[in-house]
Amino acid sequence: MSKLTLTALATITALSVSGVANAEKLAIIGGTVHTMTKRGVIENATVLVENGVITKIIGQEISTDNSYRVIDAKGKVVTPGFIGAFTSLGLVEVGSWAGIVDAQAKSDLNAALDATLAVTPDSTLRNITRIEGITSAATSLYGSDSMFKGRGAMITLGDNDEPVTKKRAFMVVDLSARGAHHSGESRAAMWFNFRTALNEAIYAQRIDFTPQTEWSGTLSKENVKALIPVIKGDIPLLVEVHRAVDIRRIIHMTKNFPRLNITLVGATEAWRVADEIAKAGFEVILNPESNLPSSFDNNGATLANAGRLHEAGVPVAIGMNTHNIRLAPQHTGNAVANGLPWQAGLEALTTVPAKIYGIDDQYGSLKPGMKADIVVWSGDPLEVTVSPTNVIINGDEVPLESRQTKLRDRYLKIDKEKPQQYTRP
Amino acid sequence: MKNINKVLFGGLSVLSMATLVACESDKAESADKEQAPFVEIDKNPYPSTYKALASLPTLITNVTLVDGIGGITENTSVLLAEGKIKAIGNNLDAAGAKVIDGKGKWLTPGIIDVHSHLGVYPSPGTGSHADGNEMTKPVTAAVWAEHSIWPQDPGFRRALAGGVTTLQVLPGSANLVGGRSVTVKNLPGRVIQDMKFPDAPYGLKMACGENPKRVYGKKGGPMTRMGNVAGYRQAWIDAKAYQESWAKYKADYEAGKDAKAPKRDLNKETLAGVLDGEILVHMHCYRADDMGTMMDLMKEFDYQITSFQHAVEAYKIADRLAENNICSAMWADWWGFKMEAYDGIRENVAFVEQAKACAIVHSDSATGIQRLNQEAAKAWADGVNAGVDISKAQAWTWLTSNAAKSLGIFEQTGSIETGKNADVVLWTADPFSTYSHAEKVFIDGGLAFDMNSPETWPVSDYELGQVAEGDQK
Repeated sequence: MSKLTLTALATITALSVSGVANAEKLAIIGGTVHTMTKRGVIENATVLVENGVITKIIGQEISTDNSYRVIDAKGKVVTPGFIGAFTSLGLVEVGSWAGIVDAQAKSDLNAALDATLAVTPDSTLRNITRIEGITSAATSLYGSDSMFKGRGAMITLGDNDEPVTKKRAFMVVDLSARGAHHSGESRAAMWFNFRTALNEAIYAQRIDFTPQTEWSGTLSKENVKALIPVIKGDIPLLVEVHRAVDIRRIIHMTKNFPRLNITLVGATEAWRVADEIAKAGFEVILNPESNLPSSFDNNGATLANAGRLHEAGVPVAIGMNTHNIRLAPQHTGNAVANGLPWQAGLEALTTVPAKIYGIDDQYGSLKPGMKADIVVWSGDPLEVTVSPTNVIINGDEVPLESRQTKLRDRYLKIDKEKPQQYTRP
Repeated sequence: MKNINKVLFGGLSVLSMATLVACESDKAESADKEQAPFVEIDKNPYPSTYKALASLPTLITNVTLVDGIGGITENTSVLLAEGKIKAIGNNLDAAGAKVIDGKGKWLTPGIIDVHSHLGVYPSPGTGSHADGNEMTKPVTAAVWAEHSIWPQDPGFRRALAGGVTTLQVLPGSANLVGGRSVTVKNLPGRVIQDMKFPDAPYGLKMACGENPKRVYGKKGGPMTRMGNVAGYRQAWIDAKAYQESWAKYKADYEAGKDAKAPKRDLNKETLAGVLDGEILVHMHCYRADDMGTMMDLMKEFDYQITSFQHAVEAYKIADRLAENNICSAMWADWWGFKMEAYDGIRENVAFVEQAKACAIVHSDSATGIQRLNQEAAKAWADGVNAGVDISKAQAWTWLTSNAAKSLGIFEQTGSIETGKNADVVLWTADPFSTYSHAEKVFIDGGLAFDMNSPETWPVSDYELGQVAEGDQK
């Protein structure tokens, strides 16, 4: 294997981005690089990173000067950092009976709820998640007392004091049976209320609200204001829905509200209306392992959902969990085992969620100028026995450590001579 | 002390129904005429009516065989006949057998899930069908899960497609003592008796920690862990007294006295069954310290805890679990959904194995039960990455032989050895891969599921006439 030397490549260092301090210069050498771009898969490639962004991807192994920290990726697989498609990361530490859970709100502010205000970078979930290859995520509330769950944020799982990379990035509405539960206990009420909310947002677009503004809508001023970017299509509307008939209904509604930028979430029966979803241009975020008729909303549940949607031309994103969003690659592997092409599986964890949230100019693929969120895997990342060997977020290689790995190291050998609390891994 | 107890009080319990009938008639002839008939409790009033599927002798050739007790053999053959594993090896005499070429495929014992709520919390998850937790008082040893199971739960068939041939269905974990579990064959039946694993012992579900105190804290208690323990202790004290009252009745009767049988008490009857060593305790506990307390409790009342279920912190006390001969049934990676699950680590199963304690991978989930092979694979890989030397063949014991031992059915199933029930799974590839499927699932030699033959896929009554009836699941 002939090697170029780095200094021969003048363009490599030409691209520099200001504003990212202390980011390492990295060279990831020798891996099979899945760029998720038109360049496709590059064997024995070198990925160069500087100031938090990718500067160059070279189709061969090179040797670098000392300014680069070298990661040996020979025999390994290199992918973009995976994006948690639908999580509550940073909003919940322990869900049950352990104090405030910011991901659940009891408030009159429903559409207006703002996850940005609650996200913490210090959650123990951050390191536990990122060392398994998830480097950024969409995060939103999972509970409110109305069909709306407010506005979610995009976050990075890097060592940032401010994890939010895009605030008020999307709106979540639950139009499944659970949404109906919060909206008159009937879809007859829920859909009416939903349509009313959108209509009020259309009227509200023209109003410059002050505390004195007279407003007689059914939504509060704050809630209706929050829906304005949704009705204008400036932020995506994530619609949690399962029944085929409800999916048809939301497709039908887009005729009256053509600018809505809709992504379906859950969508157990989406495969039944796959062609219509493709035509409507919706993406779908799903859990491919949902195959039980867990309610009358889900009688059509099948492991083939993801594969059938893909075949119809619907972009599919995978990853609906929080504490175990790290299992998204396993879920994807199971979608692949049931009909989703492998490449579409990798897209489901990278480019598709990036596109849904409008961050595909920075996240989800590997090419010069993109954020350096990169994961080196010991093998096929969709295999349950494979794990990351290196995780790079914003250009920094993060230690593969978490509260869990510290517990692991403390108890790897039980010391019977002294209390375990004196063992500091 | 324990052995003496068993001799004194366990005598009644070891008798099977057949011998009980004989005993009664013998006694009727020899006993004092003034004595009323001896009162004997029927310990099996809801007997199994399980019948294996019809089967043909089947020879699976050229297969990678994982025997479920730590062995792995490449390129071998297994003959299934008359519901049993008839022979293992090459050049088997299998004239007339249906031959399946297992080249490139793996054969394992059927997976046994020791922790399921299929049937008692079935799909669809309606209040009408939610029959898994008798949350009315802290000790409900009287209730039996089999009296709640809805055999039409579509989850059984999904688990079958994942290679699960046997499962233990337990009551939920709200109560200190939740009730009896039942072990079933995963062959859908019309009534639950059709699924009951013949001669499997009963289990008793008990629960530590958060759940009982959360459920009963504002309903008269217990509202603390110390209240939990007081509750268990009082229940065992009452059960001991009940057990002794029956022993006294028996002794008096045998001495020719006009003894009156004690009034039956279903709660105490089940607990006494544990003290007699007939009913196996499966105890939902997460924290190491809770498990430590429970090990003391079992010594105080001289019974055995068979397994800790969930056992999220088993890795902290793996040595003590080994010393006390208690299995840990664990998830590969569930953690953090409540405080007692906050210290979950991915190496838990491997660390328990490393300490030579009995490790089991369980599901407690209608979706997790469909991929227990992947759960074991993750636990194995995480252990290896942490430096624990475990083979895949050894890891498979977590799903079969260790599970079978903890349910008291290892003589019948849980390994591929000649004479065992032909409960086996043919995998399309190495079952430690995400992409591997359970291609064919045999239960007692009958082909219960073949992924390539939709006509072999069970469809529950609930799913008939519904969207996607008979579709790929």
